[in-house]
Amino acid sequence: MLAANTALSLKKRLLHPAVKPLLFLLCLLPVVWLIYRVASNGAGANPQEYLIRATGDWTLRFICIVLAVTPLRTITNTPQLARFRRMLGLFVYFYVVVHLLSYSWFDMGFDVPDIAKDIAKRPFILVGFSAFMLLTPLAATSFNAAIKALGVKRWQLLHKLVYVIASLGLLHFFWMRAGKNNFAEVFVYAVIIALLLGWRVQQFLKKKKLQPVKGGRQPLSN
Amino acid sequence: MLIKTNASGFNHPLPSEITSLAAYQGRRDMIKLMATGAAGAAMAGWAGREALAQTVVKPGKLAALAGGKSAVAGAVTMEKVTDYKDVTSYNNFYEFGTDKADPGKNAHTLVTKPWSVAVEGLVKNPKSYTLEDLIKLSPQEERIYRLRCVEGWSMVIPWVGYSLSELIKKVEPLGSAKYVEFITQADPKTMPFVGSRVLEWPYVEALRMDEAMHPLAMLTFGMFGEILPNQSGAPVRMVVPWKYGFKSGKSIVKIRFTDKEPRTAWNKAAAQEYGFYSNVNPEVDHPRWSQATERRIGEDGLFAKKRKTLMFNGYEQQVGQLYAGMDLKKNF
Repeated sequence: MLAANTALSLKKRLLHPAVKPLLFLLCLLPVVWLIYRVASNGAGANPQEYLIRATGDWTLRFICIVLAVTPLRTITNTPQLARFRRMLGLFVYFYVVVHLLSYSWFDMGFDVPDIAKDIAKRPFILVGFSAFMLLTPLAATSFNAAIKALGVKRWQLLHKLVYVIASLGLLHFFWMRAGKNNFAEVFVYAVIIALLLGWRVQQFLKKKKLQPVKGGRQPLSN
Repeated sequence: MLIKTNASGFNHPLPSEITSLAAYQGRRDMIKLMATGAAGAAMAGWAGREALAQTVVKPGKLAALAGGKSAVAGAVTMEKVTDYKDVTSYNNFYEFGTDKADPGKNAHTLVTKPWSVAVEGLVKNPKSYTLEDLIKLSPQEERIYRLRCVEGWSMVIPWVGYSLSELIKKVEPLGSAKYVEFITQADPKTMPFVGSRVLEWPYVEALRMDEAMHPLAMLTFGMFGEILPNQSGAPVRMVVPWKYGFKSGKSIVKIRFTDKEPRTAWNKAAAQEYGFYSNVNPEVDHPRWSQATERRIGEDGLFAKKRKTLMFNGYEQQVGQLYAGMDLKKNF
């Protein structure tokens, strides 16, 4: 009983007006940490490469975090979590923009024709860039007026793109690591994303009541 | 007329008489070095760091290994030497892990004593050299080479060693010997990532005989005036400055003379990406990225543009003739 009470009050506390700003600051911590590492010479011999890779890592992590909100909300019966989803989603976009900027600046010197050539030449860059392009309309429609303008159904359909984006992001990371056959980390992200997407498939099947029939013929009528 | 032409008796200089950009820049660097050198003497330590960059400071980490001046053309670049810390913490040495910080963390387990290098194959005098014999085989020289990694970054490193040709002359290859193969250490007990599926072990590299005989191809025992740290390929490695870094095998245990082109480690792993020659060439891209530019580690500012990669890593004058008439796009 006591445990249930604490759980209830904890859930209620999620509604406290300070929680959202706190989470916002928490989400900014990685970028603050990266700047500190580079400024204090703690980013190794190639700080540019470090920044490009670390911002990519954080993009993937935020994709996992935002995809975890709905399963967590449903499984733990915590509807209060829903109010953080939009902000977390926008942080995915924030980190992917920083990632793209790092690549454009550090690797390509902001030379637009060179960047265009690089995107065409390297499949893994093309995949990453496509994921960014697909994410842009999602970020651009993440305010209430956009939901109204599009209509909830269409808005929801559009935002289902996040599943495609997550898969592309993972493919981008896989391809980048393929040069060294180093897939240990890729595998970890793949398992997490597969679980999060798998849960949704399971929910979808449940709703449609499409569970496979156990054994033999189905009775013709009830 | 102010503008003189051939007709008015003006003799144009021949192209060969015009100072080449490289020579011009070399002189500018020399003047700068001298000028700041004077300032450095006055301002002692602080200025000395910048001005006397070519006076290699021993890091004081390992046993000293002094190298004398080298008479080999192109053996000493005037470019700023990369920090020892960067050189020893940013390595590709997959036997100790694929992350570039891994070798610096893991290579302490490598056992370099005792060490011997077997020289075998198509030679008159095959012999197993102890490391001590090999070090004494020829006078040690200090050479400051550019190192260009196939991944698009570069360093400037003061190596200590001598031309591989000195050893080759001693063992007298037979007329049938066309290639020199370098077989490196592959001991899973002391090299934790030997056995990982990235590459076939041991790591094997090779040169054509004329490449191996080129005086710039260096059998290397030290850097920064000290013996090689483990992560840099202790106790003996190759340094072939006009080729991508992976062509220079580390921790060598066997040198074999053969008549057939050996299959090398990266070539076996991805033949379409890593050719036998792997000469630094800004015009031949890696299938997955451009080779036109490179980042000089630790030198250029965070937001600096990458620098242009030079043909044969800037050693074209010295090694260009080895590849005269060859299609370098095909023989990448």
